[in-house]
Amino acid sequence: MEQIFFWSLAIGLLTAATAVVVLRNPVSSAVCLVVALVFQAALFVTLEANFLAAVQVIVYAGAVMVLFLFVIMLLDVKEEARRPMVWSKVVAVGAGVVVAILGIPRLATSFPASQKTLVWGQGKTSGAAQDLGTLLFASYAPLFLLTGVLLLVATIGVVVLCRRDPGT
Amino acid sequence: MIFSEITLGHYLALSGFLFIIGLAGVLLRRSLLIVMMSLELLLNAANLALVAVGRFQGLPDTQVAVFFVITVAAAEVAIGLAILVAIFRVKKTTAIDSMSSLRF
Repeated sequence: MEQIFFWSLAIGLLTAATAVVVLRNPVSSAVCLVVALVFQAALFVTLEANFLAAVQVIVYAGAVMVLFLFVIMLLDVKEEARRPMVWSKVVAVGAGVVVAILGIPRLATSFPASQKTLVWGQGKTSGAAQDLGTLLFASYAPLFLLTGVLLLVATIGVVVLCRRDPGT
Repeated sequence: MIFSEITLGHYLALSGFLFIIGLAGVLLRRSLLIVMMSLELLLNAANLALVAVGRFQGLPDTQVAVFFVITVAAAEVAIGLAILVAIFRVKKTTAIDSMSSLRF
């Protein structure tokens, strides 16, 4: 069961991510990114991080992607023009792909802990909102407050950056 | 291979591939919008690795770290898109080749 879910979700995630990078139209890229983020949320569920999966869908696939689509609509971005192929670049990308396919699985399995197998229901982390909230508001309360400051700074920064006539 | 057990290594390899795809997008694409979407892929690869290590090693703290990464990513997208809109007003394009006025 774990195998079926992992392999189908992994293939879906990598396909959607490749489509984000390859497609020419920014709107198609944004939609493929939404699909990739939802696949990742499903992978979080297979890792028993249920609350994070919900946050991923609401914040990433919801809010952040709506922001992207709004800006695409606002700017009326055209499809990117095809550039002439440069052979040195094609060779470089091909070499990178080969090195990644050969190297990454070997690197990922080189840690002693990476041999641990996934069995559902036997994880020590619950991933429930209650446990995450206890940790967030007890051990990491100062960081949580700093996050509020960060979001305030971001909001003010966006307002200042997008003002039409600065200085008045 | 399909029917062998899923291990932490599987998840770390998937995270690595996702990171490489995002890195390729950052390096190869010329539209600032697509570069920012690829940056999101990079952050998500890191998130996946964090959650996987937390699940297999029994560390719930990594999920809190992912929580903060998502917050920072949301702030980063808001600021980045605001800068993009400001640049678009002046240059009328999102191509990163045109944004070289600070180049030495």
